[in-house]
Amino acid sequence: MVRVNGEEKDIAGKTLAEYLTAANYDMKRIAVEHNGDIVAVARYGETVLMDGDGIEIVSFVGGG
Amino acid sequence: MNSDKLIIGGHEFNSRFILGSGKYSMKLIEAAVKDAGAEIITLAVRRANTKENESILDYIPKGITLLPNTSGARNAEEAVRIARLARALGCGNFVKIEIMRDSKYLLPDNVETVKATEILAKEGFVVMPYMYPDLNTARDLVNAGAASVMPLASPIGSNKGLATKEFIQILIDEIDLPIIVDAGIGRPSQACEAMEMGAAAIMANTALATAGDLPMMASAFKQAIEAGRKAYLAGLGRVLTRGASASDPLTGFLRD
Repeated sequence: MVRVNGEEKDIAGKTLAEYLTAANYDMKRIAVEHNGDIVAVARYGETVLMDGDGIEIVSFVGGG
Repeated sequence: MNSDKLIIGGHEFNSRFILGSGKYSMKLIEAAVKDAGAEIITLAVRRANTKENESILDYIPKGITLLPNTSGARNAEEAVRIARLARALGCGNFVKIEIMRDSKYLLPDNVETVKATEILAKEGFVVMPYMYPDLNTARDLVNAGAASVMPLASPIGSNKGLATKEFIQILIDEIDLPIIVDAGIGRPSQACEAMEMGAAAIMANTALATAGDLPMMASAFKQAIEAGRKAYLAGLGRVLTRGASASDPLTGFLRD
């Protein structure tokens, strides 16, 4: 299982790019942290999600 | 007034109004940009929602400088993490540090704010820390590499005005960075007063978002901020400690 924004998801084995596309995220509008480290967009395709990993996907909202 | 620019971290701005976008709508952003002349708009970073089709970025015109904040951070470490994510979102390297430990009064934690400022300034961010107006902290922020200092006027969202006036004045007089009054400014007259005191800019959200006629209030803030700035640059007339001073000639009266 991979913890995505606090929710366990059965996506181990997929690449980050595969998951983000399948989950319908707008890649231009997000930033991703994988096990605490920010992942550069160019590395989404080569980042394989492993069992026990954690990812955070964030975007801008009104605030301030 | 064209040569009178607001300079933050080497970036020049003509407008001295910054929009906070917490309570936002298309109408608010339009009014802030068109009627108040805002060139900087703050944003927050949150977990992304795939089902969310609209993004606040769709509402913000090109050419506006985005100022992500670190709201939600309870300490320096969390603020640094949010700032890095904000930069990874690809909208520049400005960051407003906002660290709050208490959710009742939403007061900034000055100590943690200095820590986060130091780390992020070293990483090349243009750091704009939101703080409780305290001279010692402001000096620490200067040393930590802040690009401006953003003292609160009164509690966030309260529209209560310049409750901390005396202390903001001390920052303006002693700190060699733009002092941007943030939080609590509720009326154009309060924005004007802060600008007359020498504040470099005003940040507001609730004052516009909760106004009756948003575009009209945005325009009122623009005029108030410009009037206050002009008055500051002109140099205010002196105040007598006591008594009066005639403003008419004291000779040539029509009497014997």
